[in-house]
Amino acid sequence: MDYQKLGLKVGVEVHRQLDTSRKLFCNCPTEPREGGETVKITRFLREAQSELGAVDPAALFESKKRKKIVYHVNTYNTCLVEMDEEPPHPLNPEAVETALTIALLFNATPVDEIHVMRKIVIDGSNTSGFQRTCVVALGGSLVVDGKEIPIQTITLEEDAARIMSTGHGYVEYDLSRLGIPLIEVSTAPVINSPAEAVKVAKAIGNVLRATRKVKRGLGTVRQDLNVSISGGALTEIKGVQELQLISSVVENEVVRQLHLLEISKELRKRLGGETLPPFSYVDATEIFRNTRSKMLRSKLEAGGKALAVKLPMFAGLLSREAAKGVRLGAELAGHARAWAEVEGLLHTDELPGYGVSAEEVAALKKAVGAGEMDAVVVVVDELGKAVEGLRAVYARACEAVEGVPGETRAARPDGLTVYMRPRPGAARMYPETDIPPVPVSSDYLESLRARLPEPLEATAEKLARRHGLSRQLVEGLIDDEREELFTKIVESHSLSPTVVASVLTETITSLKREGLAVESLTDQKLVEVFKALAEGIYSKEAVPDVLRWLCSHPEAAVDEAVKNLGLGAVSTESVEAEVMAMVMAHSSEVEDPRLANRLMGDLMKKYRGKIDGKQLHGMVLQAIERVKSAEKT
Amino acid sequence: MAEYFGYSGLAAALLREAGASVGEEVEVRRGGQVFRGYLMARYEFGEPGIIVLKMANGYNIGVRVDERSKVVKLTEVKPPAFNPPPPPTPREELPRVSIISTGGTIASRIDYRTGGVRAALSAADLVSIVPEIGEIANISAEILMQVYSENLTPAHWTQMAIRVDQIIRDGFEGAVIAHGTDTMGYTAAALSFALQKTPIPVVLVGAQRSSDRPSSDAATNLIAAVEVASKAPFGEVVVCMHGWHSDDLIHIHRGTRVVKLHTSSRGAFQSVNAQPMAVRTPEGLKMLTNMYHPRNGDGYVFQPRFDDRAMLVKFYPGMKPESLEVLVERLSLRGLVLEGTGLGHVASSFIPVLRKLTGSGLFVGMTSQCRHGWVNMNVYDNGRDLMRAGVVPLEDMLAETALVKLMWVLGKLGEKAEVEEVREMMLTDICGEIGGRTMPQQ
Repeated sequence: MDYQKLGLKVGVEVHRQLDTSRKLFCNCPTEPREGGETVKITRFLREAQSELGAVDPAALFESKKRKKIVYHVNTYNTCLVEMDEEPPHPLNPEAVETALTIALLFNATPVDEIHVMRKIVIDGSNTSGFQRTCVVALGGSLVVDGKEIPIQTITLEEDAARIMSTGHGYVEYDLSRLGIPLIEVSTAPVINSPAEAVKVAKAIGNVLRATRKVKRGLGTVRQDLNVSISGGALTEIKGVQELQLISSVVENEVVRQLHLLEISKELRKRLGGETLPPFSYVDATEIFRNTRSKMLRSKLEAGGKALAVKLPMFAGLLSREAAKGVRLGAELAGHARAWAEVEGLLHTDELPGYGVSAEEVAALKKAVGAGEMDAVVVVVDELGKAVEGLRAVYARACEAVEGVPGETRAARPDGLTVYMRPRPGAARMYPETDIPPVPVSSDYLESLRARLPEPLEATAEKLARRHGLSRQLVEGLIDDEREELFTKIVESHSLSPTVVASVLTETITSLKREGLAVESLTDQKLVEVFKALAEGIYSKEAVPDVLRWLCSHPEAAVDEAVKNLGLGAVSTESVEAEVMAMVMAHSSEVEDPRLANRLMGDLMKKYRGKIDGKQLHGMVLQAIERVKSAEKT
Repeated sequence: MAEYFGYSGLAAALLREAGASVGEEVEVRRGGQVFRGYLMARYEFGEPGIIVLKMANGYNIGVRVDERSKVVKLTEVKPPAFNPPPPPTPREELPRVSIISTGGTIASRIDYRTGGVRAALSAADLVSIVPEIGEIANISAEILMQVYSENLTPAHWTQMAIRVDQIIRDGFEGAVIAHGTDTMGYTAAALSFALQKTPIPVVLVGAQRSSDRPSSDAATNLIAAVEVASKAPFGEVVVCMHGWHSDDLIHIHRGTRVVKLHTSSRGAFQSVNAQPMAVRTPEGLKMLTNMYHPRNGDGYVFQPRFDDRAMLVKFYPGMKPESLEVLVERLSLRGLVLEGTGLGHVASSFIPVLRKLTGSGLFVGMTSQCRHGWVNMNVYDNGRDLMRAGVVPLEDMLAETALVKLMWVLGKLGEKAEVEEVREMMLTDICGEIGGRTMPQQ
């Protein structure tokens, strides 16, 4: 695809948790720990009305589905501040220092005074109903493949609570994550291809990591993407967790927008300038009274109503698929789900089917007065929800005539996106008066400039030089974000740097490919694995097995792995004696140069992982030599 | 040089020169840099020489200016006019409830342009912001005073009592008083004595989180308060606030038994030496006791006078006994409430001073800084000696309530009251403030 020609513009926002010892506005630790003993509290949020009475589309969206919010409070890392029961403490200076350091690394202009703002968010992810956020610097840039990518803003904010579950009328959050400092770096929309978006996000990540003050691992990094093409609309895509997913998310968004443009063109041709009539629906419950569709039947039996709406001239367009999962029908379903929590929508493009008979379809079309070229959408739910859901479907269908609606979408792990909510209007922000502004003096900035951390490239060179590592291993360590862990291990144990580096990169990657839960290999766990290796409890050949076992037993300690894998160390003397006995038994063959290798095969079967292969080989050679010389004398 | 929207010195001079007002778009030029945004007002605690701008993305930043900096006004902005919503149409079937504001903001709107928060003043505005209350009652609203609750005095209590008495005589079914939380407990006690056996519920309500926040407890507390004012079976002065961290549990406390026990938590108000009178949950309002003065019951007495020549003194180890003499003399006090230790003690070194003070006609009552439980001065020698020196044990009365009651008793009995009369009235239960049974703590 010629992205340049399509006018693709992408802006990247990289969000990353800072690894400070305390949260941004209180003294809670930032270590993740969820579950355990929790207190549950119930809350409701209502947005304060604006002076102008103007309604923000995104806020209206949330308030339309005002939910009971249940917060799970784990006192290990949650206090009254996260519960919105105590005013925030002043900005954590450690986080401010890290954010300013990052600003300097991007050559951005720090503001002279940092003002914390309240950004209204009423989905419950912030107990206060707003996210506390502040701009620490403006401007700056980075260079990726020779192209300058301008930075727009660098902000420091509190991370939100993690959603646990949601259902009709309620949503549950865990407060552990709320308040962890989060740095956000936003680029200008100057990126022109999916591949470039990945590179920019990675380059920003590398600058952030140079501070050695960012968290790593699942859930600590999140990329938001702002994507548009000529003639399309700006789509905000939230929550891309993995770098590699960025390119497919952007690719899919381009496909989606092109598809919607094509459908809009087709619809306008079919409608010939007519506009769609106002929303009205028909109760089609009777038509499905004796339906064989299991989905319809179970919902109708639960007291639901089947409501139908005619989409004039939409026949065939709902199930037209531009790529797997990219269909107008899916967009309509997304709106029904987001606005009214209505799951499962049927439309005539895919009927008869799903147990719905041709007779039922005919009756349905008749009931809404649908002709050959019209489509009919049916939702089944309790009356109020069904009407709400169908109204959302119809509103989205009307937008399809116009083209691509600007909206906020959520990224899924497969690279597709789903509708979340309308795009917010101008951000609803007002000052957080509980927190005094923080002046940033030029003296302070000078002192930070004087001790800027080395860039990651310099770290890589140093690692290669000091430990004689191959370029590939060094890159692996940097990409997998394990360079600090590597240094820590080789500096505290006498182990071969190459062995440590290859375990930390290649071995773990291949275990991940096997489908193992490598997330359970925490830094602490890996340090223990290498400590045991250095102590000779097992040999390096056993390391993959130990790691594999630990992946499937995340709670277990290294010595349990040793026990369960039967790896307990053997004494050198006993192995030496056994080797000698074997060589003696083959004394007629000692002149055969292949003897050593033959014996090694059997010995390795027995001692794999318990004794270093190289050491064992040495013992065999030594034994052969001794037998030879004994025979000579 | 005079302040300019909170700015002083150089920043004020540059802004004045540019003729820029808050909310207007300006450009600040400093060296080669240009910052564009909407001018924000300056808070007093800010460093001088910094101009605060709201950028197009909604964020505020501070821009430092120097002698060579320049401020240019880009656009003139007329502050948008606020159009108050139309008043709700009265509904025959609903009771009439009057909401009296005394300070703080029980409901407000935000001006996102400037960050300003404006309190809802009229009934119409209040109902448009918290529409639920319009479903419960026909609301009238008024502002009686705009005072931070720590600045309230007994004169304000009198003013509030007079206003509520008028509301009672006007035939309202209930009165709600929106009040800052800091001293709401004192006001609740004061109104309890001033409006004895009130025929309608008088409900004090406030918020621990300001009403401009989506998470504010103001609306939930207000809705519950209006419900209590409209429907509760009792005629008493009560405080209606969150019972805990959650929004779905509201406690209704007797005015003479409630204290603010937490600086910031929603569930700050708790009944002490008593259970709450009622709770409101999503299931509705539920009474927890049948010991109350009934709505429209007989015996209403309006007695709004307080004599503020009384004082509450907290004893601490090493406190000098003479301090009491100094206070009494300097402030011409007529009575003292001591917040003693444990069962009701102050150091035995106080005995001579106390004997002298009570002998001269000063009333001295004893409460405990333990908060929970009765004072009992018979258990230890020192307690008995203190009683012999004229100190009156005030049973299970809250120290704050005891002070308010003393002011009211002095006001009621007048200048010529004998200390014996004061003592007798202090120990008489007037509105559920003293005596009763003590239950295990929850």
